[in-house]
Amino acid sequence: MSGEHTDLPVAARVRRLEARLVAAGLVTDEQLDAVLEQRLYRATPFNGARLVARAWTDPGFRALLLDDAGEALEQAGLGGLLAPDEHLRVVENTAGTHNVVVCTLCSCYPLLLLGPSPSWYRSDAYRARVVREPRAVLAEFGYRVPDEVAVRVWDATAEARYMVLPRRPAGTGHLDEEALRGLVTRSGLIGTAPV
Amino acid sequence: MSGVPSPAFRIGQPVRVRAADPPYHTRVPRYVRGHTGQVRAVQPVCELPDDVARRRSPVRRLPVYSVAFAASGLWDGTPSDTDHEVVCDLWECYLDAAGPGGATDQEERPR
Repeated sequence: MSGEHTDLPVAARVRRLEARLVAAGLVTDEQLDAVLEQRLYRATPFNGARLVARAWTDPGFRALLLDDAGEALEQAGLGGLLAPDEHLRVVENTAGTHNVVVCTLCSCYPLLLLGPSPSWYRSDAYRARVVREPRAVLAEFGYRVPDEVAVRVWDATAEARYMVLPRRPAGTGHLDEEALRGLVTRSGLIGTAPV
Repeated sequence: MSGVPSPAFRIGQPVRVRAADPPYHTRVPRYVRGHTGQVRAVQPVCELPDDVARRRSPVRRLPVYSVAFAASGLWDGTPSDTDHEVVCDLWECYLDAAGPGGATDQEERPR
């Protein structure tokens, strides 16, 4: 747990569950700590933003990210942090296509690269509606996709975890990679914002 | 490894999602059951969750496909609401080859 909400009932339930699992010999405290360290404390949308800014400035890295995201993660020092069967796939926005990500079955999401998911991402409303009427949903997020731009919705129903590679905003040619990182938002990485 | 099955479907091939509603956990979203889509990507084999949930042994490891569906075939709605595409990741045993014409998804809608 984050340590910020330890008095919540759910935190007490989690502690009891942890204690039972440890007592039963199914996990150790050290294993739980390792998972939390790896999958929660290091999980932040800054990781995704790093990948995007590098792809915007390095065509070779961009090609690798789209073709073999696992290898791109290794190169970026973010390897080895996905679950065994999980793998990352990066889908690129272009002049003609905008991508948006959902998991209609639960809330699958590349946690490591995007940080803990926003509550709306896990909501029934987002999950049910974005596959049916993505243009309307995106408009409610404040992003009106131009009519001539096709919309593609990725429903993460298996072990691939999807991240959107947004388009580099116009007028950013003077910015270096570090400054570009600051332009990328978690919503842009999910696809509910242009960047 | 000889135990790894090679993919039965190829990129671009039309496939139809099985319409069955199994009495156990599965990862086939209801909204694509019975619908025809097109294979866009072939992913590595991985454990079939249906087998895991049923505690079957051994758990099958099967190829997974990214299958694209035209939203206009999945949902009612105005043309501007359903001009998009939905891509689902589906294990091989959820799919059958569809006709070469790619039967453009006029089948029954779920519900």
